[in-house]
Amino acid sequence: MPTSNSIFNKKVRPLDAIAHIVIYLFASVSIFLLAGIVSYVAYRGLSSINWSFLTTVPSALKGTFGIAGNIVNTLYIIIITLLIAVPFGVGAAIYLNEYAKPGKMVQLIEFTTETLAGIPSIVFGLFGYVFFGITLNLGYSILTGSLTLVLMVLPLITRNTQEALKTVPSSYRSGALGIGATKWYMIRTILLPSAMPGIITGIILSIGRIVGESAALLFTAGSGRLLPKVGEYGEGLFQKVLQPGGTLTIELYLSMEKAQYDVAFGIAFVLLSIVLGINLLTKFLSRKFDVNRQS
Amino acid sequence: MTARLSFEYELNVLKENLKEMGQLIEAAIEKTLKAFETQDEVLSKDIIQGDRTINDIEKTIESRCLSLILKQQPVARDLRIVTTALKVVTDMERIGDHAADIAELIIREKRQPIYNLAKHIPEMGRVAKEMVHDAVQAFTSLNMEDAKEIIKRDDVVDDLFDKVKEEVASLLRSSSEHVDQCVDILMIAKYFERIGDHAVNICEWTEFRETGSVNNIRIL
Amino acid sequence: MIKDKIITKGLNLHYGTNHALKDVDMSIKEKAITAFIGPSGCGKSTFLKTLNRMNDLVPGVVIEGSVILDGENIYDPRVDTTLLRKKIGMVFQQPNPFPMSIYDNVAYGPRIHGIKSKAKLDEIVEQSLIGAALFDEVKDRLKKSALGLSGGQQQRLCIARALAVEPEVLLMDEPTSALDPISTLKIEDLMSELKDKYTVAIVTHNMQQAARISDYTAFFLVGEVVEFAATDTLFTRPVDKRTEDYITGRFG
Repeated sequence: MPTSNSIFNKKVRPLDAIAHIVIYLFASVSIFLLAGIVSYVAYRGLSSINWSFLTTVPSALKGTFGIAGNIVNTLYIIIITLLIAVPFGVGAAIYLNEYAKPGKMVQLIEFTTETLAGIPSIVFGLFGYVFFGITLNLGYSILTGSLTLVLMVLPLITRNTQEALKTVPSSYRSGALGIGATKWYMIRTILLPSAMPGIITGIILSIGRIVGESAALLFTAGSGRLLPKVGEYGEGLFQKVLQPGGTLTIELYLSMEKAQYDVAFGIAFVLLSIVLGINLLTKFLSRKFDVNRQS
Repeated sequence: MTARLSFEYELNVLKENLKEMGQLIEAAIEKTLKAFETQDEVLSKDIIQGDRTINDIEKTIESRCLSLILKQQPVARDLRIVTTALKVVTDMERIGDHAADIAELIIREKRQPIYNLAKHIPEMGRVAKEMVHDAVQAFTSLNMEDAKEIIKRDDVVDDLFDKVKEEVASLLRSSSEHVDQCVDILMIAKYFERIGDHAVNICEWTEFRETGSVNNIRIL
Repeated sequence: MIKDKIITKGLNLHYGTNHALKDVDMSIKEKAITAFIGPSGCGKSTFLKTLNRMNDLVPGVVIEGSVILDGENIYDPRVDTTLLRKKIGMVFQQPNPFPMSIYDNVAYGPRIHGIKSKAKLDEIVEQSLIGAALFDEVKDRLKKSALGLSGGQQQRLCIARALAVEPEVLLMDEPTSALDPISTLKIEDLMSELKDKYTVAIVTHNMQQAARISDYTAFFLVGEVVEFAATDTLFTRPVDKRTEDYITGRFG
């Protein structure tokens, strides 16, 4: 028989048990919700997906109604947006973290960036339409859409890069400077490789944002569905940038408007697949670029 | 001086041990002198018995010092205090040994009128005894000036030893009647002379503890 | 006569309102180990960092006085800090290998200074690792990440990295305080070997370490050098009462 001083007197703690059950319940509900949405979209979407759906553009003449044009437009917008946003975002993060003297100015810039991230996307759409589309006379075009999206994803990239830079131990900096590295050499050889996983995370989140965006694009990139007319030497590829082009999300929106729910679910399924693919890619790339692996 | 309380405590205990040992050897010499003058066998045996106590306390102090070096890694003055203690106990222990050696000779020579043979020995003993007393005093009270003065007194003991030696030699030349006693007398004189030397050593270690040098030779 | 490698004259350092170094005059002997000891915040680390201008990186630091390296003031406006830090290398308290391979860590410095030849880099890496007593332990995994090494190995790697640019002076800021006792002893042995070729200045909290390895010791207290002497003298017969109180552990 255990004495009063023994450690064998195990107590029942009802509050712990209840908390345990509640937490499991919450977790299960979230998982079921997610699984439910995904399987419903898959169930409805898969039926309208076929080879022609993925490789053709809508044509009354040929009787096709595929989304190939929208897929290409989406890729265009992703690439152009990132080509502009990444250098600016990473550059801004390096400036804020490594060069700027900590103080009011940096706080103001950081506050502004955070606020930028919280602005409803339709506001960006309005600004992009008026400034890029009308003032700069770029019209409804992929470029107008991309420039508008640059404004939206810049905070994501800056923020993530900054967070990544902050986690790089300051001993790396002093170590490199201590053997005579210049500041830029140190940033290039130590900081950026160390911050790479964070930068990649920022890029992936940005792609997610771009893929999911509709409001900001509707009045900037428009809703073109055609594939670029590529000449023998690829000359049409760049013209496309100045032409209107709707992304998958825009097309999804338009399909819903026209009550073409089968098409809409098909697009939704493609979108889901892209997002899933991107997430897997993130995991893979972050691991690949993680300089802190110990092997 | 707030830090290292346990070290300070240990050093104090060491100091007390050294004081106690100093008192023991002083008492031993005093008894030896008395036993020599009165040919007191009981007192002599008491001295021999007392030497064991002195040996025991020597071991205690040595062990304390080694443990302090191991655990506290003393530097500067602390290091000199501990190493000096280690050296001084050896000299003190020798003084105790010599007192016991003399006591043994007294027991062997009892009822023999050796006292008359060497009238300088009691004086030697007195000077040596005072030297030991003062040396221990100088050592425990960190008095370097006294220590230097005591070292000079060794010459007196040495001179007295020479006188005893001459007397014994002339006695031996005149007759071969007291050869054994003469050798014993010479031995006793030699022991007192050695006691004086050890007192000098104690004074020198006192100087070392204060300066890190002995006779202007840098040791630490 | 032992040559002075670095001489500081009237060196003062202010950090905001904090007067962190007060009129420090010191001479650091060539090819010897000079140790700086003192309680936390006494300025010993700050002083070490002024010797290769690592304090320049800290905002709000004002430095007056001069630090003369081989006759040239390192605070002269004409000084190129890259060249200065090639001459005066530094090893930090926490081992800080870069997140790259062992080889690239050691080759990092030489590459800054424009060495590109593979053969030359191979040789420098090998020699530096040998110099830091690490080569035998890592020669089969030079291309593996330096972060996989033990703390003691990492610190020796950092020493190798500093040696790779062939410095003349090596500054070490508590290089063993984050290491286990055996690694510490290895680094101490290494330092004793290094002083044949390099001038070494080390900040240490461990007084026994200063006594074991250094030839000269400076005791700092609230930004001042209280006592600067041969290590044997300072640890046996310190002149200043404050030094004695500190080294005997009675600093209250």
